[in-house]
Amino acid sequence: MTGSEVEVSGLEVAVEATGALIVDDVSLRLASGHVMGVVGESGSGKSTLALAMLGYAKQGARISAGHVVVDGVDLLSLSERELRAVRGRKVAYVPQDPATALNPALSIRTQLTEGLGRRREVSLPALRELLRAVGLPDDDGFLKRRPRELSGGQQQRIAIAMAIAADPRLVVFDEPTTGLDVSTQARVLELVRRLCRERSMAAVYVSHDLAVVADVADTVIVMYAGQVVEAGPTRDVITRPNHPYTRALLAAVPSVGERHRLIPIRGRAPAVGDATPGCSYAPRCGFAIDACRTADPPLAATSGGRLVRCIRHEELAAKPSVTDRVPDLRAAAAGDGDFLRVSGLSAYYAGRQVLSDVSFGLARGECLAVVGESGSGKTTMSRCLIGLHGEQEGDYRFDGAAMPARAERRSASTRRQLQYVFQNPYGSLNPRRSIEQNLTAPTRDLLGMDAEASRRRAREVLDRVEIPAALLARYPGELSGGQLQRVAIARALACEPKLLLCDEVTSALDVSVQASVVELLRSLLDDGLSMIFVTHNLAVVRSIADRVIVLNGGRIVESGGTEEVLSAPTHPYTQALMTDTLDVPKSTSI
Amino acid sequence: MDIPSGSPTAGRASRAPGMARRFLRSGQVRLGVGLVLATTAFALLGPLLTPFDPLRSVSMAYAPPDAAHPLGTDNLGRDVLSRLMAGGIHLAWMAPAAAILGVGSGAAIGMIAAFRGGIVDAVLMRTMDVLLAFPGILFALLFVSIVGPQPWLLILITAIALMPGCARVIRGATLPFTASEFVLWGRAVGLAPRRILVGEILPNVTSPLMVEFGIRLMLAVGLLASLSFIGYGIQAPTPDWGLMVSENRSGLSIQPLAVVAPIIFIVLYTVGGNLIAEGAARVIGRTEGKVR
Amino acid sequence: MMRTATRTSEVATTDAGRRRRRRGRFLLLRLLQGVLTLLVVSILIFVATQLLPGDVARVILGDAATPERLAALRVQLGLDLPVHQQYLNWLGGVLRGDPGQSLVTGRPVLDMVGVRLVNSLTLAGVAMLVMLPLALLAGVSAARRRGKLLDRLFLGTSMIANATPEFVIGSVLVVLLGTTVWPILPPVALLPTGQSPLMHLPSIALPVLTLVIAGGAYLARLVRVSFIDVMSSEYIQMAKLKGLSERRIVYRHALPNALGAVIPAASLVAAITIGGIVVVEYLFAYPGIGSLLLESIRSRDLPVIQAVVLIIAASYFILNFLADTLAGGRDRRA
Repeated sequence: MTGSEVEVSGLEVAVEATGALIVDDVSLRLASGHVMGVVGESGSGKSTLALAMLGYAKQGARISAGHVVVDGVDLLSLSERELRAVRGRKVAYVPQDPATALNPALSIRTQLTEGLGRRREVSLPALRELLRAVGLPDDDGFLKRRPRELSGGQQQRIAIAMAIAADPRLVVFDEPTTGLDVSTQARVLELVRRLCRERSMAAVYVSHDLAVVADVADTVIVMYAGQVVEAGPTRDVITRPNHPYTRALLAAVPSVGERHRLIPIRGRAPAVGDATPGCSYAPRCGFAIDACRTADPPLAATSGGRLVRCIRHEELAAKPSVTDRVPDLRAAAAGDGDFLRVSGLSAYYAGRQVLSDVSFGLARGECLAVVGESGSGKTTMSRCLIGLHGEQEGDYRFDGAAMPARAERRSASTRRQLQYVFQNPYGSLNPRRSIEQNLTAPTRDLLGMDAEASRRRAREVLDRVEIPAALLARYPGELSGGQLQRVAIARALACEPKLLLCDEVTSALDVSVQASVVELLRSLLDDGLSMIFVTHNLAVVRSIADRVIVLNGGRIVESGGTEEVLSAPTHPYTQALMTDTLDVPKSTSI
Repeated sequence: MDIPSGSPTAGRASRAPGMARRFLRSGQVRLGVGLVLATTAFALLGPLLTPFDPLRSVSMAYAPPDAAHPLGTDNLGRDVLSRLMAGGIHLAWMAPAAAILGVGSGAAIGMIAAFRGGIVDAVLMRTMDVLLAFPGILFALLFVSIVGPQPWLLILITAIALMPGCARVIRGATLPFTASEFVLWGRAVGLAPRRILVGEILPNVTSPLMVEFGIRLMLAVGLLASLSFIGYGIQAPTPDWGLMVSENRSGLSIQPLAVVAPIIFIVLYTVGGNLIAEGAARVIGRTEGKVR
Repeated sequence: MMRTATRTSEVATTDAGRRRRRRGRFLLLRLLQGVLTLLVVSILIFVATQLLPGDVARVILGDAATPERLAALRVQLGLDLPVHQQYLNWLGGVLRGDPGQSLVTGRPVLDMVGVRLVNSLTLAGVAMLVMLPLALLAGVSAARRRGKLLDRLFLGTSMIANATPEFVIGSVLVVLLGTTVWPILPPVALLPTGQSPLMHLPSIALPVLTLVIAGGAYLARLVRVSFIDVMSSEYIQMAKLKGLSERRIVYRHALPNALGAVIPAASLVAAITIGGIVVVEYLFAYPGIGSLLLESIRSRDLPVIQAVVLIIAASYFILNFLADTLAGGRDRRA
């Protein structure tokens, strides 16, 4: 048993050019048959850590110190040649995006068998067995396929099969379910758990998603700014977080089970090389004291068998947690659902029907969530509402009057009152125009304001979304994703809209940033704005929507109040969706 | 079906304006601009400073260099240096004129095709395909033999030869932006199409435009010089670099300078254009060499 | 980590049959477009040649001809017919393989063009044959030594070669290898009538070299870039993490994908080569269709001009078209 243990100590990965650390002194131990989760937000160094555990660093980075001992062999002491012999056999890797990580030019069979020893052919029965083990068909036709002939879920299963083919002692999973629908994700996670148990492999599972890690991992480490800030048994860490960052992260995660206020983490995560004296989290920490800003806190063991990098962790363990969820009691808007009415909407894409007879109404001041997985037709639906989808039939009534389907036929006031915020914050604003120019464009062109008035308006709306006016002169490339999304909302607000259509606005954001955007939208609802919120994320739906419609295969399969639909779904599809959606276990701190 | 919502600017840090300054910070672009400007200056000022009349014989044919004629004489005994100084002026104004015309019209067509899509796109781009079926030189040969080697015709033909390729590139560069969220937003809230095209999209394709201009300038110089060389451009006895190469080929083994000197200037000019294109391409993050 | 924008679904992409059908429809459509384009091209050529100054009948009969004889000849040549009728007659002839007779020599155009076409094709073919492996080798070698001296040397020289017009490359080669510096190759490529250029390889060495340098520089740069792109892809990282050997990664994983991007470009280079052949043939006095075109334009030999222009335009178009189709309609530089 001891021979198959994984032990990482003092691991450091540095930027080659500057020497700045991306992964800073990471140590961990992992027994075979166990899964360790690695959780962190963008830029926390978790993916770099994952690659370093195979003795690999991306171009421009270098593993500068430490040991990665797997099955008694230190990977970092091996020559390039020896390392090649170990990779794939002792340690294996499952990538985030199999669509780009599988070679498009080679057949599944070639990619599954290559590199497995000197034998040219791995026996066919063994190969079939492998495919069955990951829940894939094992016929010859399937083996001949190229990656692009497979679905996303199948590609990920191939990547997993590739990883386990040589019975490695350690498998590193780098966000393997990030691009997948919840149902597919649930099945892949089940597979990961089963394989580790059956083959007694150790696994490191990297993810940004706390719910996923809570589901799959036995132990977890939380990464921040390249360091481990907290480590311990998953259930303990998630339900009784000790480190302020872990607490804050959990407070920012929405829950599918209940509506509560999301608490964003203020400030921005430090970039690689932003060396601040003292604790790297101190600038954003609600509990920071002067001592935090002077000395680097050590990773200290707690009485509960946990590691925490915080000098105040003992005091904090006793404090009531900020993660106690504050229920959100915003009264659901009452109305006849006639502010916007969509009747009999059908839409086609390249001749194929993607929406069938969709009808719904929205009351003034209400937030309606449109939920669906990829391929459900929800994106097409939002394009129809925007008036930019060509092939459609159906009727719209907006604010008591008929509304034409195409944007250019709609009246100027309708176009002004109906505003949009899109999924990708980096594409929402014109990258070649300053924030101010981006914000004044609509008021000058649509409201006919003069330069002075529209600049004043830009300042007002920016203030409303809590972005400092100092950023007016900046360009979109200089802002973070969360800031950009707020500016995009500000641009919509500049037109004094009555209805805001939000298309997956939080799905490109980290949870702590997502929280701030969701809370901003919630405050806009409180101001009386109506909203349609298109998303695949049920937890976000729970935190913001009054009513829900569930789309599947282009049809509404269920609709109703958020509470009813999510707590007691009646349609089998919604029921399955709810079952497959993971939730972070509720905090039980004192 | 969900429409993929990826965007060209996704995740990539975009750049502030001042692109011109950014471009000029690149050594390659600076060298390229320097070469083009230096050749142009030489070509424009040269005719005023020629030591001899470039049209008159001053010595025997193919005389080797001496103190009076540092580059020797040509096939008709004219001073090579004087002809070299007087022989770039056509290229110096016609090539940029053709490049501006070709890139301007090509870019306009490409952007409109990408933005309007559908039938407009199809008609415009299929027309470009037809034009693309003629190698530039063939096009020029036909029309020059119909109309005669008029400067305006040479410019027009060169511009038309450059246009379709440029239209395709700029269409390709515009296309991702027409689907980007900020353009969708503009269309949805009802900004005028021209306002979107000029105000929102154009600033985002200035970089490929810069690259295109460099390439097309290089191609224009090449095409115009080649036409002179085969006798369908500037006509003898007017001094012209391309023509000089052709005129003095028979004396190559006796007086190579009469061929080599104009060649050097043509290459300096085209390499300058190419450097601008490559430097610009590198600045905007495209990998080297993707540009011809 | 950021959630990627495009979410893959379990079922969406499994239907390979549908993709094949869509591909078939795409090809058919492209083919239809191609035929249509060529038709328009033929009209343009016909109209352009009709606009050429000079009266054909007078060209043939000379200035001394009587008006009666001129009129008779016009009827004989079909020049009295309306232009569209003339076009249809001509097109019909072209499609039947009879583009008419030369006005100067009186011989069938097909005979005159035939030999020259074979010569030109041989020249271009040999050039491509030399160019492709060279470009591949140079591009891959430079890519694997990215940023090192060899790579930078390659980038510099190929950039200059790339920028230089064919006639300049050819002239420089003549100076270097034909006449002045190290005269080892014939500076002109005269062929004895009726003999294949393949029998006279030294004679065609310089024109071939000119075309190889002009096209190869571009192609090699493309190979280099596409190889670098592929080597930095995630599937190559994956291959490294699987512990595959360097050789296997380069030859089995990287090269096929890099070639996928290069093949359309190769056909593009072939098109450029055909465009360049007019100048190169003129420069080396090589008896191909390029020099035939220049000769016939000088002598106003309309049927020959029409035939040659049509051949060059059609092959140029077909190669361009092939490049486009191979690239799957991706946009590219012309």
